Amino acid sequence: MNREGGNARAASAGPAVIAAAGAAGSAHVTIRGLCKRFDDAVVYDRFDLDIPHGKLISVFGPNGCGKSTLINMIAGLIPTDGGEILFEGKPLRDIKFGYVFQNYREALFPWLRSLDNIEYPLKLMKLPKGERKARTERLLAHLGVKLDLRRYPYELSGGQQQLISIMRALVVEPEILFLDEPFSALDYEMTLFMRDQLQRVFVETGTTTVLVSHDLEEAVYLADRILLLSRRPAAIADYVSYDAPRPRTGATLSQQDFVRVKAHCLDVFQREVRKA
Amino acid sequence: MKGIRLDPGLPVIGVIGLVALWYVAVWFEVVDKVLLPSPTDTFRALWKGMTGGRLGFDFWRTVERTCLATLIAAAIAIPLGIFLGASEKLYRSVEFVIDFFRSTPASAMFPLFLVLFGVGDETKISVAAFGAALVILFNVAYGVMNARKTRLLAAKVMGASRLRVLTDVMLLESLPQTFVGLRNGVSLALVIVVVAEMFIGSTDGLGHRVFEAQQLFAMPDMYAAIFAAGALGYGLNLLFLLVERQFVHWSGK
Repeated sequence: MNREGGNARAASAGPAVIAAAGAAGSAHVTIRGLCKRFDDAVVYDRFDLDIPHGKLISVFGPNGCGKSTLINMIAGLIPTDGGEILFEGKPLRDIKFGYVFQNYREALFPWLRSLDNIEYPLKLMKLPKGERKARTERLLAHLGVKLDLRRYPYELSGGQQQLISIMRALVVEPEILFLDEPFSALDYEMTLFMRDQLQRVFVETGTTTVLVSHDLEEAVYLADRILLLSRRPAAIADYVSYDAPRPRTGATLSQQDFVRVKAHCLDVFQREVRKA
Repeated sequence: MKGIRLDPGLPVIGVIGLVALWYVAVWFEVVDKVLLPSPTDTFRALWKGMTGGRLGFDFWRTVERTCLATLIAAAIAIPLGIFLGASEKLYRSVEFVIDFFRSTPASAMFPLFLVLFGVGDETKISVAAFGAALVILFNVAYGVMNARKTRLLAAKVMGASRLRVLTDVMLLESLPQTFVGLRNGVSLALVIVVVAEMFIGSTDGLGHRVFEAQQLFAMPDMYAAIFAAGALGYGLNLLFLLVERQFVHWSGK
């Protein structure tokens, strides 16, 4: 049975195909020959990937396959053992990027008020106070966030705290935004709300976004492309396109297109899990 | 099941109970009258001593020594603790030495410090500072070492230099543990100061007051001095707790 519909054109694994897909929209991030091992486990072995410009990419795969490791290496949180990661030809230190951790409680600074948390990266950039304030206010207006930012993070709900984290990542006007399972510590109601907040941020800013998710529904719902990884050493099991118009809503979840893409991803995922 | 609501007046019950028991013991002469004066006599001695008597003067001498010792200890141990804690390798290499002297009863150091500093105040204060410094050092170093990795990464990923990570994150991360060290340190400093005041050629201080009262068999005065010392210890701890709550509002949250 062929589950690959018109909108869900799945590219098969392999750098040649990826490169061809990247030609349609220019590649923002190019990864070539990436290698990584932890002790005896080879997590990545000559891994190639292109991340297209201005798209939201979800990363999905079996447990422990190295989803987070991938974005942590791209964002420079952990070193690689080999290979090259370039951002339109530039190295990481030459670009501005934002990173959102899963554990917002430990990623925010509890000694700073929410507003100061958001402004902190601007302080590191040595922007004057007025400029910092202007930028933060612009972002707040942009996102339409209604929160008392004079409160400390621990006085806010989990979702609100993660929202602060996302704003802190966005305030530097990053070229690329990384999110590592950002909603997995939230309850379902808050998760739904936060998905739409993230979608809104993406629609408003058009920032290239890489989202690691352990929830297939979320991965497909938010993504322009879903990167499906195999078990270790991680390879591209599939790199599925999903181009339903935005904003996507609750109704999107029951549309034929969505259901088909999700089913296809699940097939690939289960195939990969069974390979073990 | 009914929810439990704790009455803030609850701790008073223990105090009333103790005083009542004390009265009963005095009333039935369970203990020799000379050894156990009545609560009334004791509190009268405490009141008289603290308001214009010798006890008040001695009390403040002890406060002075304890605070000075803690201050010196903090001034040395906090920067050193941060320095050592910033590199786990470095701390592990001196950990045994710190733990060894932390476990050595400070009172065993008196003779050595007497040789070094003579019988004056310097000896009392420096032994107390020595004891307190090790406790503070160990807590600060652990506070720095146990800084939440995610928080350090978050700062790093936003482009913070190593120095900025230290000043903006590690220092603040270690504050709750630093306060634990300060509270333990000041308690230990008080213990050492009081002991030193008893035996090292002292002419004032709470330790001296307790000792002298005992020598003169002035039991109400002795009990009064003991209570004053207890109140001082409790008060210092409480003071640090209040300061901590003010400055480390995020502690435990």
